[in-house]
Amino acid sequence: MRNILSSPLIAGALALLCAGAQADTGKLLLTGGVSSIEGAAGGGLTPWAVIGSNATAGETGGSAYLSHAGTTDYGLNVYGAAVGIQDRYELSIAQQDFNTRGTGVALGLPGLHLKQTIVGAKLRVLGDAVLDSDTLMPQVAVGLQYKTLGSTGLDGTLAALGAKRSGVDAYVSATKLFLGQSLLVNATLRATKANQNGLLGYGATLGGNENRYSLQPEFSVAWLLSKNVAVGAEYRSMRNKLEGAGRAAGLGDGLRSEDWKDIFIAWAPSKNLSLTLAYVDLGVIVPATTASRKQTGYYLSAQLAF
Amino acid sequence: MNKILICLALAAGSLLSSGASFAQSAPQNDQLYKAFGEKPGLVALMDDFMVRLLADPRTGPHFRPSNQQRVKEQLVEQLCALSGGPCVYKGADMKSAHANLDIKKSDFHALVEVLQQSMDAKGIPFRKQNEMLALLAPMNRDIITPTESAAKP
Repeated sequence: MRNILSSPLIAGALALLCAGAQADTGKLLLTGGVSSIEGAAGGGLTPWAVIGSNATAGETGGSAYLSHAGTTDYGLNVYGAAVGIQDRYELSIAQQDFNTRGTGVALGLPGLHLKQTIVGAKLRVLGDAVLDSDTLMPQVAVGLQYKTLGSTGLDGTLAALGAKRSGVDAYVSATKLFLGQSLLVNATLRATKANQNGLLGYGATLGGNENRYSLQPEFSVAWLLSKNVAVGAEYRSMRNKLEGAGRAAGLGDGLRSEDWKDIFIAWAPSKNLSLTLAYVDLGVIVPATTASRKQTGYYLSAQLAF
Repeated sequence: MNKILICLALAAGSLLSSGASFAQSAPQNDQLYKAFGEKPGLVALMDDFMVRLLADPRTGPHFRPSNQQRVKEQLVEQLCALSGGPCVYKGADMKSAHANLDIKKSDFHALVEVLQQSMDAKGIPFRKQNEMLALLAPMNRDIITPTESAAKP
């Protein structure tokens, strides 16, 4: 399922990327955002209202990226691609590979990798985050993300907790560049059932019905230091619905989750390449098997765009 | 979490109430004008800008047929007035000046990039560049040809 979904889209984006090597796409530097861990253009952890790629009105562009995060007890690899059309529509794909390391061992599943595929669509509804600098009107976009978690040895556990292996997130994002202040601000409100971004499934029914959508706010600020360097911070509130199911399963607060945060620096050495380095704090992830250690660490991402 | 939400809501509220100063409007003083080197600085900047505009394959075709000296003079006057200098822009309004030209959004972005190159070359600090760009950017509404009329034969 994962490969069927992801291969043609990535191949298509790469084909576009090659074709676009000579194409003339005309967005301003860094105004297409970078690639988030879920594939949508934005910051590292949260989608923004910007449409990915360098394409502006009347153009089609694409981007592809590789990211890696390493925290105290886990590793995450992400790769994906996005297509931006007319600076209005964005289609994206992300493939996440979460290395559970010691947690997998503790669960009797050594070598357990959780693999999630995220197919996203975003529509810019109104505004221009960059050029409407005389009003407070932000650029606003709405998006959907269809997430599927690959089958692993953890399936039985997720089923017992009542967590599904697919789910849909819906979000609305507002992005504003205060150009005179060189400051970019984004707010996103996400309706989701995902546990730990979907890596631990969607929803949970054990010990009470926690299957309803919850609204999670996410925020980013970025300060432009120069034409091609931005520094900033992000905050993504996480749904903590698996804790109750974990408690009902006798794990205490062993499945608790916390909000995700990062501080980042993004650098665009050219129009077609951007590199992002971040310090991330993902709170606790399955504290039952990690002695409640904070999952802090680094995040690195490279994106090609045209 | 709730505390953070309240803080952010308060921050958003104060941001909106101070919105008039945050959204860019004409400056109340001539600091930006001075940062651009006043009239001589603007003249030198626009001389450099026009050379680059003509050389750039994206913008060259738009500026080659124009009366370049006149465009430069009007740009100096316009930037002088916008940045709080002692000038009054007397040229044609942006909409009618660009009415018969087919200008796409990517053309506008290209022009901004070339202006950034010129401002870099003249050593204007990045923050000051953005203050000026924030005053110029809204003109895109009058300069870029709407797609409906561009589609007409």
